[in-house]
Amino acid sequence: MALVVDGKEFETDEEGYLANINDWVEGVATAMSAEDELELTDEHWDIIRFLREYYEEYQIAPAVRILTKAVAKRMGKEKGNSKYLYSLFPYGPGKQACRYAGLPKPTGCV
Amino acid sequence: MATIKKFMYVNRKAPYGTVYALESLEVVLIGAAFDQDVSLAFVDDGVYQIMKGQDTSGIEVKNFSPIYSALGDYEVTKLYVEKESMEERGLTLDDLMPLVYEDEDDDWAEKDSITVVSRAEMAELLEQQDVLFNF
Repeated sequence: MALVVDGKEFETDEEGYLANINDWVEGVATAMSAEDELELTDEHWDIIRFLREYYEEYQIAPAVRILTKAVAKRMGKEKGNSKYLYSLFPYGPGKQACRYAGLPKPTGCV
Repeated sequence: MATIKKFMYVNRKAPYGTVYALESLEVVLIGAAFDQDVSLAFVDDGVYQIMKGQDTSGIEVKNFSPIYSALGDYEVTKLYVEKESMEERGLTLDDLMPLVYEDEDDDWAEKDSITVVSRAEMAELLEQQDVLFNF
């Protein structure tokens, strides 16, 4: 499978996750969200950037409950709760936000 | 409520060259979702898995050692390292990554995850477990 952004092709796996995290550009997130008929706001971008930083530091895509806790710790409880995160990413903040961020499927998402 | 069991993952192999170390780590992270009493043991060459300053650029595999630092987030906070295994390899606690967790019950105070135990203490820990996973 492949995703086309501005004429450039990005390889993805069978579930739509980017094959190579280093290929990621912001346009990838925009294109993926457009396919889901979702418009990305600053609030979405905060989570996407947070996930990229988390991966940079720990080399893993966090499971949703770990993401929730980590967001609470760094951005406060009003953002670090599952209601807020699910309102931004209705397909599941772990899976959907990680996919937009170019990360692999979260480790420990069952 | 389901009974909480004591799960211990025993790591005996060097981090690279085989898939055991990374596979173990992935099972730990996935298993962390099940709210059991989880601990990790590092014995024999397994102590190399949590050494600081790992550099895999010469062997073209991913350096996955940063993942151990995320264990605290996954509430995996008990890492036992066998003293004799370290000594036999000329290692001390200073050669290991400073792995920590934040204690929710103690105002999020940062605490060390690693405990160095003797071979005899390790044998006792193994004895206490309900389930052992050997990698």
